[in-house]
Amino acid sequence: MSESLNGKGLRLVPKADGKQTLKDFKSDQEVRWCPGCGDYAILAAVQSFLPELGIKRENIVFVSGIGCSSRFPYYMNTYGIHSIHGRAPAIATGLAASRPDLSVWVVTGDGDALSIGGNHLIHALRRNINLKILLFNNRIYGLTKGQYSPTSELGKITKSTPMGSVDRPFNPISLAIGAEASFVARTVDSDRKHLQSVLRAAAEHRGTALVEIYQNCPIFNDNAFEDLKDPGTRDDITLRLEHGKPIVSATKAVRRAANGALPGVDRAAGPEEEILVHDVHNPDPSVAFALSRLDEPAFQHVPIGVFRSVDRPAYEDLMNEQIERAIAEQGRGDLRELLLSGDTWRVN
Amino acid sequence: MTKQVRQLDRVIIRFAGDSGDGMQLTGDRFTAETAEFGNDISTLPNFPAEIRAPAGTLPGVSSFQLHFADHDILTPGDAPNVLVAMNPAALKANLGDLPRGADIIVNTDEFTKRNLQKVGYDSNPLEDGSLEQWRVHAVPLTSLTVKALEGFDISKKDAERAKNMFALGLLSWLYNRPTEATIRFLETKFAKKPEIAKANIAAFQAGWNYGETTESFSVSYEVKPARLAPGTYRNITGNQALALGLVAASVRSGLPLFLGSYPITPASDILHELSKHKRFGVRTFQAEDEIAGVGAALGASFGGSLGVTTTSGPGVVLKSETIGLAVATELPLIIVDVQRAGPSTGMPTKTEQADLLLALFGRNGESPVPVVAPATPSDCFDAAIEAARIALKYRTPVFLLSDGYLANGSEPWRVPDPDELPDISVPFTTEPNGENGAFLPFKRDPETLARPWAVPGTAGLEHRIGGLEKSDGAGNISYDPDNHDLMVRLRQAKVDGIDVPDLEVDDPTGDARVLVLGWGSTYGPIAAAVRRVRAAGGKVAQAHLRHLNPLPKNTGDVLRSYDKVLLPEINLGQLAMLLRARFLVDVISYNRVRGLPFKAQELAGVIQDVIDSE
Ligand SMILES: Cc1ncc(C[n+]2csc(CCOP(=O)(O)OP(=O)(O)O)c2C)c(N)n1
Ligand code: SF4
Ligand SMILES: [Mg+2]
Repeated sequence: MSESLNGKGLRLVPKADGKQTLKDFKSDQEVRWCPGCGDYAILAAVQSFLPELGIKRENIVFVSGIGCSSRFPYYMNTYGIHSIHGRAPAIATGLAASRPDLSVWVVTGDGDALSIGGNHLIHALRRNINLKILLFNNRIYGLTKGQYSPTSELGKITKSTPMGSVDRPFNPISLAIGAEASFVARTVDSDRKHLQSVLRAAAEHRGTALVEIYQNCPIFNDNAFEDLKDPGTRDDITLRLEHGKPIVSATKAVRRAANGALPGVDRAAGPEEEILVHDVHNPDPSVAFALSRLDEPAFQHVPIGVFRSVDRPAYEDLMNEQIERAIAEQGRGDLRELLLSGDTWRVN
Repeated sequence: MTKQVRQLDRVIIRFAGDSGDGMQLTGDRFTAETAEFGNDISTLPNFPAEIRAPAGTLPGVSSFQLHFADHDILTPGDAPNVLVAMNPAALKANLGDLPRGADIIVNTDEFTKRNLQKVGYDSNPLEDGSLEQWRVHAVPLTSLTVKALEGFDISKKDAERAKNMFALGLLSWLYNRPTEATIRFLETKFAKKPEIAKANIAAFQAGWNYGETTESFSVSYEVKPARLAPGTYRNITGNQALALGLVAASVRSGLPLFLGSYPITPASDILHELSKHKRFGVRTFQAEDEIAGVGAALGASFGGSLGVTTTSGPGVVLKSETIGLAVATELPLIIVDVQRAGPSTGMPTKTEQADLLLALFGRNGESPVPVVAPATPSDCFDAAIEAARIALKYRTPVFLLSDGYLANGSEPWRVPDPDELPDISVPFTTEPNGENGAFLPFKRDPETLARPWAVPGTAGLEHRIGGLEKSDGAGNISYDPDNHDLMVRLRQAKVDGIDVPDLEVDDPTGDARVLVLGWGSTYGPIAAAVRRVRAAGGKVAQAHLRHLNPLPKNTGDVLRSYDKVLLPEINLGQLAMLLRARFLVDVISYNRVRGLPFKAQELAGVIQDVIDSE
């Protein structure tokens, strides 16, 4: 386990006594997603990644909302709450704030997080509570059988939009950066290695980490991210975000334009030295925001990786610090003294 | 000149002025002086929802009524003996409540042509004889205050603003109140502005001296201390008592308190109060909305805290889905609903009892939730501990139904000995309860039907809960029809089986044929009305419900043992409907929904009518 894990995201979570394996994190429940659903790959990736953290299993909690993806906690042999639609960040906030010794993970879908639960999501992000939010984005409502979602592309034809949707989608990464998120990343269900590297970075981060995971729903929105997976297109459109490295795909790159914009351009169109070098810790969110816009229009160049990771005090650390300070300055509360505070008088 | 001192057994004063005139503060201070003196007290603030409605208008009038006596009293009083009116609007808005012969102290400086016109007075009531049936004391409060503060280095505006302290000084003289505490209070309040502090104290003393030296007041009054049970007392509002009750519940359960809340009148003061008690490990979380407030509280309960959310009716509606989740997951949770007049935004600062059926039934599915309702401001303390006791023992959400009248009203409270408060601690489950080391999260305690409470961090008891129906015992997702039927009945049986004390009946003669029943904040007015009826020779029994779900086991027997049962409620008969359905008793419902508490006199008349119709 890396040094930084001790120092940051999991600082207060007790360490496991022995070595853990993937099997330790599998619950005895039968997994019931549709065959070929991207959720399987994400579950397997999380289960095989968690032993790496080396923290006590009983101190890990998965909290989810409602949706196909939100069934996730039932399959994890940890503590878990499968809650109500959109509210997982709120419930997880109370849990994380009152129990800093826990590692709390939120699993949510694009509808769960961005429609009904949009308010809780942005407020969790701005507070920077120590939650790891995994947003399974399949750009569709899976559980309710295929209505368009707030991440569905404009003009999407679904059961509820037979002539095409007319409302513009959210870009979850842009939204998170706009909501003051201190950690924002994107990964893909099928790329286990990358997914796990992003989870690792999220776990190390102290504060809210939002991880958008492109997830395929073969039943209602098949191949939504196919271009990122197909060997014929994948390497051209995937811009890998790696700290300290130029932002490039095989054929594309990000270069600052004369007007200050950061478009994706032909890699060969200019010198390599002028390609933007990624700085995940840049305190100015505007570059990360500009990068988040690169997947538009139509998936020509899609950044994958950690967009932004900056240090900011976590909500519960500040909350608990106030409690400790109050106790240090005035002593632990005494009930008798409290009840007798204010103007009192005796009757004999 | 020494003036005559006349003895009174009780007095009702109403301070009324513009919202900017500081009437709530004046009332609070007079209350504190009166409490210190040892009278029994009951108070009723009444203020507009607007922070500063246009100055001098009728909607901008704010008032504070205080009833104090040399004996124990139950309500803030029906009609004031004394009205302090700081402007024409305050006079006009309150005149209708004044009985003939009452004293009116008016600030004549504000009776300008413009101010009179603002409230629709064509002529000056101080001069046109229209106030003849009352004793009017015309006092130029503003100019006297400004004059008294001439030597101070403060603005004219600040000097004028001290007029409420002049009025307080005058009233303090009139009723022989102790003044030291108010002087101390002003010193602390304006500690950062010593000149303002001195000016306010000077205005206060000038008011006192004015009473003593001018002709306008020929007598002053004395109300002897009340004979209250021995002990240490403090004056307390319902919201304060409720907050302290929650802290006490945290201490007596050994669990940290977590409050998730979103500001809303009239519940916000509980959030304010609890946020001061970090030394008790209290965590207060001001959420982005009510849904997040209750969600965070439930999350904290899952983690082993005493989770609480505080709100009023509009917030309860938003919380309903999460309360349902708490019913399904069977976790402890306290939902405080400080009821206010509805529907919708209604009248935020006015009281009502119309959320009872919402609390009982306002969720999808069969979703039973216990309900506890405090009877008086100080009872909010005990009711909060009782709600926590039930929540923890039975692992269930519990509604605590206060209201605007209890929240802001105050009375003396005999401070309890913390060691005598009930021990409401419950153990967490730390060991497997199934075969081969398995943990069964829905294997219930055979006696209470509560499920085990195993918190994260407990090795070997990892489990998943949620809103989907679970199998009895093992707690796995289940769509089995018979299991659902069983779980629906088990959740109901758990709530039905909660140990609540029997309903007690107060019937001194033992042969009353009429019972007056109440619940929640109507206790004071009903009890005061019952006293009046009895004093006039009428026979009436009284009982008051503190537990609305489950109802005390003897409720049906009590109701059936009277010829007539009268039930006053500040709604259109919600409990009456329930009792009729449950017990087939033809309850007589008396309902007024004016945003105000009942008046004792009004209820006494209603009770007498029921007795007479026997
Ligand atoms: C209050 C409420 N409204 C609506 C629903 C129905 N519902 C369940 S899941 C869902 C959308 C799920 O979409 P998403 O979050 O994208 O999850 P996915 O199934 O795609 O993983 C809806 C509308 C609900 N369960 N609760
Ligand atoms: S509907 Fe789509 S998202 Fe849901 S389980 Fe099936 S494949 Fe997965
Ligand atoms: Mg979806």
